[in-house]
Amino acid sequence: MIRFLHATKTYPNGASGLKDVSFQIPKGEFVFLTGHSGAGKSSILSLIYAEQRPTEGEVRVSGYQISKLGPNDIPRLRRQLGVVFQDFRLLEYHTVEENVAFALEVTGARKETIPNRVMRVLTQVGLASKARAYPKELSGGEQQRVAIARALVNDPHILVADEPTGNLDERATRGVFQLLREINAGGTVVVMATHNMELVRDTGYRTIELKGGRVVYDSGVDQAAGAES
Amino acid sequence: MKHRTPLREALMTFRRTPLLSGLSVASIGFSLFTIGLFGLVAINFQKALQDLAERVEVVAFVLRGTPTETISTASQDITAFPEVLDVSYVTEEQALGRARRELVEFREAYRDLAVNPLPASFEIRLKPEARDAESAQRVAERVRGFPFVEDVRYGRDWVERLDKLRNMAAVVGLVIGLAFAAVAIVIIGVTIRITVLQRAKEISIMRLVGATNRYIRGPFLLEGAIKGISGGLLAIAMCWATFTIFRTSTTAAGDALVFFGGLQMLLFLVFGTVIGLGGSVLSVGRQLRAV
Ligand SMILES: Nc1ncnc2c1ncn2[C@@H]1O[C@H](COP(=O)(O)OP(=O)(O)OP(=O)(O)O)[C@@H](O)[C@H]1O
Ligand SMILES: [Mg+2]
Repeated sequence: MIRFLHATKTYPNGASGLKDVSFQIPKGEFVFLTGHSGAGKSSILSLIYAEQRPTEGEVRVSGYQISKLGPNDIPRLRRQLGVVFQDFRLLEYHTVEENVAFALEVTGARKETIPNRVMRVLTQVGLASKARAYPKELSGGEQQRVAIARALVNDPHILVADEPTGNLDERATRGVFQLLREINAGGTVVVMATHNMELVRDTGYRTIELKGGRVVYDSGVDQAAGAES
Repeated sequence: MKHRTPLREALMTFRRTPLLSGLSVASIGFSLFTIGLFGLVAINFQKALQDLAERVEVVAFVLRGTPTETISTASQDITAFPEVLDVSYVTEEQALGRARRELVEFREAYRDLAVNPLPASFEIRLKPEARDAESAQRVAERVRGFPFVEDVRYGRDWVERLDKLRNMAAVVGLVIGLAFAAVAIVIIGVTIRITVLQRAKEISIMRLVGATNRYIRGPFLLEGAIKGISGGLLAIAMCWATFTIFRTSTTAAGDALVFFGGLQMLLFLVFGTVIGLGGSVLSVGRQLRAV
């Protein structure tokens, strides 16, 4: 599903985001990306959803090679992905339900089906009662859940989540995490960047640890050793 | 739940950022207003020239004692010239009557004349397309050929000057009009660019959840078009107001002034729409390439 091969990302200002990163994530897997602030977690995710392109090496996602995406491929790829951004990126002038519906509308989903699907995911993240609220009327955690609902609404093959529990208390964190597990159980690949080491330790999912833009630990490497060198 | 349609999104911009939207409409309006004022001056000047041109005529003075049959045959002959619109014959008595009426200073002098000193004449009006120095001269030459014609006048000097004036007016009009249009487009482009920049974040979010460029562009283009039309309407209203004020304050000459016709106003709105759309296409296109 996702494959990084000697991927390097240097930002236009010269800052180094990633250095020679290689790993592979097969169908159905749940992966944690960990590492200190500035280690390169968001950089990896932004390469996956093609906000950035690798300066060297190769990144493949769902059959698309990121460095060779044409203008029409980008929307096509992104419709197969659900992305939860570290800073939410909600449309501030639209209500919660419009924010979620929007992600469906752009995919050309049938209009009649949209309200039901929106309510279903909003119920799933526990925000059905806030459907008519605007983002600025919500708490940080609630906004985070709107962002998750938006990422889920079009049944993505891959869910990319950048610190989706960063603003949540412990109970809410467990709730969101439980949500991601359920999605993963449905067959969706989940890649989640997090600082929450407790969560990582408790669950035993594959963990890729970054430091200074390099992969310093990958708990999945033993199983995947044959596939990737 | 309300569905997102390009029109609703476009209209929402006006509610969300009333000040900026108002400013864009005003700037389009004022730019078009300058063009409009210029246009008004131009069409009125054009009309004045036309009125002048209508007075381009060739006058052929007829020898005293020319028989009436000769006059009427000649009149038909002249009417058949390709440049000629119509010919009227002014008898000696009519000429005298007219002189008495029009030339107040000479009224006394003409009152008790025993002999009418004024000759009869043909007044030859030219077709609109032939109201220039060259055609007038051609007609004059040919009329001079009639044996009973004593003299021909066509006010060569001022016909030639009219020609020059017309050419100059056309060139100056084109240059100034283009300059105003260019300035208007730049101003409009800048205001729309500000709107787009203000919504750069929103555009990037739309891109990130998988919206195609066409989908994103829709509302912006519509917004640009709406602003363009509104600006056009505003400009027409301002032109009309200025026109009315000007006309009522200059009583004498005012009545002769003309305003835009329906087609010209439509053209104005179309022009506004086109610049509104053009500004949007350029500024959104740039933003879309940036994300
Ligand atoms: N758009 C950008 N332009 C320039 N440099 C960037 C950009 N994004 C990230 N970087 C740099 O790349 C490095 C990795 O950043 P990244 O955002 O991937 O870290 P992170 O692991 O997500 O950190 P955090 O846990 O704080 O979110 C940092 O040094 C950062 O300064
Ligand atoms: Mg980050």
